[in-house]
Amino acid sequence: MTSRADSAAGAGGVVAAEADAPPLISIRHVFKSYRRGGQVVPVLHDITFDVQRGDFLGLMGPSGSGKSTLLNLIAGIDKPDSGEVLVDGVDITRLGETELADWRAGAVGFVFQFYNLMPVLTAFENVELPLTLTRLPRRVRHEHVEAALTLVGLADRMEHYPSELSGGQQQRVAIARAIITDPKLIVADEPTGDLDRQSAEDVLTLIDRLNIELGKTILMVTHDRRAADRAHAIMYLDKGELSTAGDVFERSVREARR
Amino acid sequence: MQFLKLIVRNALRHKLRTGLTVVGIVIAILAFGLLQTIVDAWYAGAEGAAPNRLVTRNAVSLVFPMPLHYRDKIRAVEGVRRVAPFNWFGGYYQEPKNFFAQFAIDPLPFLAMYPEYRVPEDELRAFLRDRKGAVIGRKLAERYGFKVGDTIPLQGTIYPGTWTFTVRAIYDGADAKVDASQLLFHWHYLNETMKQRSPRRGDQVGVFMVQIDDPHRSAEIGQAIDALFKNSLAETLTETEKAFQLGFVAMTQTIVVAIRIVSFVVIFIILAVMANTMAMTARERLGEYATLKAVGFGPGYVAGLIFGESVAIAAAGAALGIALTFPVAAWFAVQMGKFFPVFGVSAETVALQAGCALVVGLVAAVLPGRRAARVKIVEGLRAIG
Repeated sequence: MTSRADSAAGAGGVVAAEADAPPLISIRHVFKSYRRGGQVVPVLHDITFDVQRGDFLGLMGPSGSGKSTLLNLIAGIDKPDSGEVLVDGVDITRLGETELADWRAGAVGFVFQFYNLMPVLTAFENVELPLTLTRLPRRVRHEHVEAALTLVGLADRMEHYPSELSGGQQQRVAIARAIITDPKLIVADEPTGDLDRQSAEDVLTLIDRLNIELGKTILMVTHDRRAADRAHAIMYLDKGELSTAGDVFERSVREARR
Repeated sequence: MQFLKLIVRNALRHKLRTGLTVVGIVIAILAFGLLQTIVDAWYAGAEGAAPNRLVTRNAVSLVFPMPLHYRDKIRAVEGVRRVAPFNWFGGYYQEPKNFFAQFAIDPLPFLAMYPEYRVPEDELRAFLRDRKGAVIGRKLAERYGFKVGDTIPLQGTIYPGTWTFTVRAIYDGADAKVDASQLLFHWHYLNETMKQRSPRRGDQVGVFMVQIDDPHRSAEIGQAIDALFKNSLAETLTETEKAFQLGFVAMTQTIVVAIRIVSFVVIFIILAVMANTMAMTARERLGEYATLKAVGFGPGYVAGLIFGESVAIAAAGAALGIALTFPVAAWFAVQMGKFFPVFGVSAETVALQAGCALVVGLVAAVLPGRRAARVKIVEGLRAIG
C-alpha cells in the first residue's frame, strides 16, 4: 500500500511502497458526509491513498471513524461528495447506476459481516447467483460453482440452505460467492464479526489463501486485532482522517515479519 | 431460471401470510365472479334477444292489454314476417313460493320465431294436438321432477282459478343463455276460457311478439306499427325485444348498479390487503435487495422480484377463485333458479376475474417495487444485523 495523507495527516508526505504495476486502487482527495436530521455530518475528510495489486489491507478505527464508508466507496456501493476513486484505472465516481452495477458484478467481490446470503437459495444457488448475470452456459456455471465451493471446503454442503449451515459455513459460502466472478478486489466488512473464534480463524485463513494463492487484493474492515494481524498493512481511520503514522508502523512491522 | 426460482421460493417463504393472502384473493375473486354473474343473469333476457324480433305492447303500460284484432293489422305491415300473441299468466304451482314464468303463446308462429327453444318433433305434435297441453323447459322439469304426461295444476293470479295443464313436451335451450325454466301453453285455451269465465277479458293480448324480415328496419317497422293505432283506445309502443327486456332491467337499475359497485369494492379491498402484504414483504427484505444490487443486479431485477411475487400470489388466488366460481355458481343457480332462470358464469366474467387479479397483483407491487428498486445499497445493508 502507498499512503499519502498529505492534507489529512499533514506531515507524512509520500510513503512509498515500490511497485512496478500501477496501483489497483487510487483514492484522491475523497470527502464524504451524511445528512442527519438536517445536519451535515462529515464522515471522510480528504482521503488520499493507493492500494497495490495483490495487497491485503486492513482498515481499523473506532466506530464511526468512516472505515465502512470508505470501503463502500471503493466497492462502488456509495458515492463520495467529491474526489476520485479509481479502481483498476476506472474512476467509478463517474459511472451511472447501471454501469456501476455492471462494474461491481465483475470487479468486486463482497463479504459482509452477516453473510447476506439469500435464505431461499441453497449454498450452490447462492454462489451461482452472480454468474447468472454473465452469459456463461449453465454447465460452465455449475463447474465454476463446484470449484468455488470446493475451494472453501463446502463441496459436501452444496444443497444446504443457509439456515442449515453454521455461521462460519455461511461466511465461507459468501466468500465463494465473492470470488465466483473472479474479481481482482475482495472487500470484506467485519467478516469475522459474527463468528466464534474457531470459525473466525477458518474464515481468515480462507481470505489469506485468496490473497496468496489467487492473488486477490483484499480490503478488510475489522475491529478484531487478530483479524487485522492477517493483513499486510493496516490503515487507521479516526474521525474520517487517515492516521499515517499508524500506517507506516504497521507496514514496517508486517514487512519485517514477511 | 434463478429469477423464477427466487419468486416462487420467496412467495412460499411465509406460508401462513401467503396462504392467508391467497385465501383473501380467492374469496374476493369468487365474490366478484358471483356478483358479475348475478348482473349477467339480470341482463340474460336482453342478451338472449334476437335483433329481428320486436315487441308491441300497450303504450300506457304493460298491464293494459290490446285487442286481438291488432294482430292482423300488424301482420299486414310491410316487412313483418310473423306475429304471435303472448300473455303473462302469473300463476303458481301448489304454493306461492313455487313461482316460475308461465306464458300463453300461439305455438306455431311463436316457436317459429324462437328457434332457440328446441322441442322434439313428436312432443311438439302432441302439444299442438292438446289444447290443454304445455311445453316446459328442461330446468323447470328437473326442478319439480315433471315428466311428459304429468299434469301441472297452476293457481292463477291474473287469471283466477285453477288451471291444469298436461306436460306434452320439454324443450331445451340452444345454449346456456336460453331460459329453460318456463311453462308455455296455448294462448287460445286461455282466451277461450276467459271468454267463458269473464267475457270482457276475452280477445285481449298482453303483448305481440313480432318477427321482421330485416333487423336493420326495426325502428321503421316499429314506427309503422305504432302509427296504425295512433289515437285509438289502446295506442301501442313497439320496440326491439332487447329494448323491451332492458326496460325490465331498468326498473331495478339501482340494484344492478349497487351490485356492480360492491363487486369492485371487493376487488379494491383485496388490493389494499395485497398491497399491505407486499409492502411488509419488501420492507423485510430490503437487506436482501441491497445485497442483490451490491453484487451487480439492477433495480429492474429487484423490482421484478417483487412484481413477480405479487403477480404469482394473485394468480394463484385467481386460479382457485375462478375454479371455485363454477361449482358455487351452479349451486347458486339451483338455489336462485326461480329468480335467475339463466345463471351461468360467462367467459367475459372469467376474463374479468383474471384481469382484476392481474391488476391487483401489479398495482399492489408498485410502491414496494419502487421502494426496493430505489433503495440505496448502504441503507439496505444497514437493515441487516
